[in-house]
Amino acid sequence: MTRTGGLRVVQSAPQLLVEDLGRPGWAHLGVPSSGALDPVALRLANRLVGNAERSAGLEVLVGDCAFVAEQSLRLAATGAQLPLTVDGSPRPWGEAVSVRGGQRVEVGTSSSGLRAWLAVSGGVDTPEVFGSRSTDTLTGLGPAPLKAGDVVPIGTAAAGPPVDAAAVPDRSAPGPSRLRIRLGPRADEFTYEAVAAFVTQEYAVSSSSDRVGLRLQATRGVALSRRFDRAFPSEGVVTGAVQVPSGGQPIVFLADHPVTGGYPVIGVVDPEELRRCAQLRPGDLVSFVEAQDSGA
Amino acid sequence: MTSLRFRRVGRDALLVEVADARAAQVTYRLVRRLVAAGTLDLAPPGDLVPAARTVLLDHVADVRGWQRALSARASEIDHASREAGFDASEPTELRVITVRYDGPDLDLVAGQWGCSPQELVRRHTAARYRVAFCGFAPGFAYCTSEPRTPDVPRRDAPRTSVPAGSVGLADEFCGVYPRAMPGGWQLIGTTDAVLFDADRAAPALLTPGDRVRFEEAR
Repeated sequence: MTRTGGLRVVQSAPQLLVEDLGRPGWAHLGVPSSGALDPVALRLANRLVGNAERSAGLEVLVGDCAFVAEQSLRLAATGAQLPLTVDGSPRPWGEAVSVRGGQRVEVGTSSSGLRAWLAVSGGVDTPEVFGSRSTDTLTGLGPAPLKAGDVVPIGTAAAGPPVDAAAVPDRSAPGPSRLRIRLGPRADEFTYEAVAAFVTQEYAVSSSSDRVGLRLQATRGVALSRRFDRAFPSEGVVTGAVQVPSGGQPIVFLADHPVTGGYPVIGVVDPEELRRCAQLRPGDLVSFVEAQDSGA
Repeated sequence: MTSLRFRRVGRDALLVEVADARAAQVTYRLVRRLVAAGTLDLAPPGDLVPAARTVLLDHVADVRGWQRALSARASEIDHASREAGFDASEPTELRVITVRYDGPDLDLVAGQWGCSPQELVRRHTAARYRVAFCGFAPGFAYCTSEPRTPDVPRRDAPRTSVPAGSVGLADEFCGVYPRAMPGGWQLIGTTDAVLFDADRAAPALLTPGDRVRFEEAR
């Protein structure tokens, strides 16, 4: 099938992916949920260009990428506040921006935040797999990561009226990172000292973090020890689960996490806090604080 | 006294811990049945993930409601888990997987079972398997058998790439690699069956609860 239009990738970011709200509901087949690491930001970008909130957009890691529009369109950038230009002229972040066919769109870099979301009017129109267009970096489901030369197909669904940016709340980048957690389901696998240390010590984000998980290293090197040295049978894990592998350094599972894990989960990050994990850079400091209403 | 234990998982999920893989399968099927019957005044879990000793109910609006509903059926779960053999009344698929018993670990596993490779093939093709759960990769099914075959230790050093279609054993489970990937299971054979194809109407050949029989390729 030949198609005209779309958004041609001239220069790719360190990672440039198609993401929507993911494919929940298939975990029993071993299929991760995947989807945008900050669904709130993707929804917002979609509303700004008049799309349905669940439309697919682009997830940009770090930035430093460029596109040429092969059709007229509106786009909006949310998430990390990366500089946006059209044919070299600065355009506002977090607002709908009109682009004519042939114009060049560049996304720069910033010293804070890590990921941005780009929505285009009509939505990214790659084939759906399990009802979602998201790229799952763990299993390879969904489209391959975008590279220079790729043309991102754009849907023809009539976009609704764009939302006035002034009506959009929360334009601020996520702040410093005390992540609210609830202990369990396997806190009792760990020593009392380990559980106490888990909620008091500080961690640095490791450079091996990715969409599967935010990998953390205790800054003062206190590993989280188990009470029993025994094999732990695999069990289902949720997004936000803090799994502690044998090295004792925790991993916060993000959208592309495997559906089951073979190490105990000491706590679970609250769902509304997870989007902040998408913006944490290697070396950023993180601590956990127990949710006040953690009664089961 | 019940053998069910409930563990809260974050804000929106519940982990049901049971005695063994069989009880986990019984619990998984019970929740599926309750959801299908629609008689509970509870929204279904967004995801339902059986595993070796647990069933996870994820994206649950009313965690306490589900805990009460399953608590009330604990004796039913205990009873069904103790029954000998598989519940023949359960409408499940029977999948037959044709295997060439040519795996690099066949002789090693036969040694661990204390039998000849021919006897291992006989026992593996005679056992009735059921998919306990999927994980590890899309379409990778962990199958348990009756009669239960001896547990098999994983390889000390996982292989960096196991070919698609490899039939392996680990712990109490038998599984088939849906695609080439690293893995530490002991490999006893190979199949041409396509375990997972996202473009197929039913992407996963083996889904939790399915019955499975392995037959030797002629």
